[in-house]
Amino acid sequence: MAQMKFMCDAERCIECNGCVTACKNANDVEWGIQRRRVVTLNDGEADEMSISVACMHCDDAPCMAVCPTDCFYKTDDGIVLHDKDLCIGCGYCLYACPFGAPQFPQQDAFGERGKMDKCTFCAGGPAESKEEEYEKYGSNRIAEGKLPLCAEMCSTKALLAGDAQDVADIFRQRVVHRGHKDGAWSNNPQASADNLAYDAAHKG
Amino acid sequence: MNLLTAQASGGVPRSGKGLALGIWRFMLVAFALVLSLGFTQVALAQADPDREMNTAAPGITADQWRQVRSGETGPNYRDSRYESDYSLINASGETWRQIRNRWVSPFGLIAVFGMAALIALFYFIVGRKELEAPRTGRLLLRWTLMKRALHWTVATLFIILALTGMTLLFGKFVFRPLFGDGIWAWMIAATKVLHNYLGPIFGILLVILLVSLIKDNIPKKHDWVWFKKGGGMIGKKHVDAGFANGGEKAWYWLLATVGILVVASGFVLDFPNFDQGRDTMQWANIIHAVGALGLTAVSLGHIYIGTLGTEGALEGMTTGYVDETWAKEHHNLWYEEVKDQTLSEQEVAARKSSGGSSEPSATRTS
Repeated sequence: MAQMKFMCDAERCIECNGCVTACKNANDVEWGIQRRRVVTLNDGEADEMSISVACMHCDDAPCMAVCPTDCFYKTDDGIVLHDKDLCIGCGYCLYACPFGAPQFPQQDAFGERGKMDKCTFCAGGPAESKEEEYEKYGSNRIAEGKLPLCAEMCSTKALLAGDAQDVADIFRQRVVHRGHKDGAWSNNPQASADNLAYDAAHKG
Repeated sequence: MNLLTAQASGGVPRSGKGLALGIWRFMLVAFALVLSLGFTQVALAQADPDREMNTAAPGITADQWRQVRSGETGPNYRDSRYESDYSLINASGETWRQIRNRWVSPFGLIAVFGMAALIALFYFIVGRKELEAPRTGRLLLRWTLMKRALHWTVATLFIILALTGMTLLFGKFVFRPLFGDGIWAWMIAATKVLHNYLGPIFGILLVILLVSLIKDNIPKKHDWVWFKKGGGMIGKKHVDAGFANGGEKAWYWLLATVGILVVASGFVLDFPNFDQGRDTMQWANIIHAVGALGLTAVSLGHIYIGTLGTEGALEGMTTGYVDETWAKEHHNLWYEEVKDQTLSEQEVAARKSSGGSSEPSATRTS
């Protein structure tokens, strides 16, 4: 079985927000809710860096662990989905989520937040009919054999979605070609000693 | 840019000659442009990888990931989401999860059920505290109607809040497998609504109750002795107690401190519309859960002593009156103050039938 993952290559992300727009369009989400966001650090400085974030479909998902109603579940593809019929809008998933993925349509007194909404990896959610599924969770592209629209539309292919192994392979190739000493993502103390990526770039 | 310049320098062609000249100029510039692109390509292809790496934009370094992890949102932090005040990584989320799921949740259960077990054990070994002397039949007013009403409202709300709160924490392990999703969805939604709407009412009434009882609960020297003697359980002699004994005062001050903390943190969680951040609510949640579970555990003791555990205690809070003997045995200092105010059962009945509102306020000072 596949293990679906997103990965954003921060060196490729150009902060175009195409993924954000694609997501809103594909899933027709409620006003005020934006399942994907682009965060830019040190905007305008030399070390500016942008990264697109949404639900990362964690292996050990904190939202699942803290939910009082137990409304989350994991599909066979490793996608974390939730049942809006069970959600009570307590906000605990938001407290726990490392990525700020869960969002609520309201923020009213007496904890009236409405049903939580988050990225579904374009895999819909539990519903009786297709129409109901689209209404509640947005599109189910996975069922149609397609990957999430955000990654499919990414103009620089910074945002990757798919099986963890494939995503990792693509990124590994990039790292080799870039020849970064520490491989961009890792802080491997061995990297400068081994310097495999650098060697590969020279030989290539 | 070059195209624009070419056209601009060509001017607006008026005659056929001028037009031909314009086209030639344009083509020349376009050719030069294409040629220059070709040279650039060659130059790029010949680039030395070392030089390229030195001139390219710096890659993402470990420092940047460290910055992400710190949750820092400097002046040049941008988030494309509308009104988002979240850092890229919510580093404290995992801490909150671990505290809640690994510590608060299991130990809260142990505290509440452990307390219940201890009380049951105590009841079976030591048993009910009976009155030692026979009742005299003379009654003393202990709780006015107002205070009884307040007490029972707060008590009822406390029990509902404790049950709903524990359902929010543990319900998914018990009721979801037991009832199935259909009923569970309805049940947990009702649980949250009850908890969130009754909570503030409880908070306000608790404050009123605490204020109305503060005079009787100022700690005194004899309360210390009361504790040292285990409330009379150590040694044969009765220990001194005013209107409230040491244990009751401890319960009062527990509610006045931890109780208020639970109410305050509850308000933080219940009103997310005041822009308090995620981190604030994490801490509020931990304080709320620890405090509330602790109070629930201790409340079991209060409930036991007030009902099953002590003969004659419950009638004080239900009818408002206690027997003279009970007052003498449990609150001797208070009894000394009010012993000339005893009433017969007939007198009490007469008073009550004339309307609860005409009841005098309990005359006592501690």
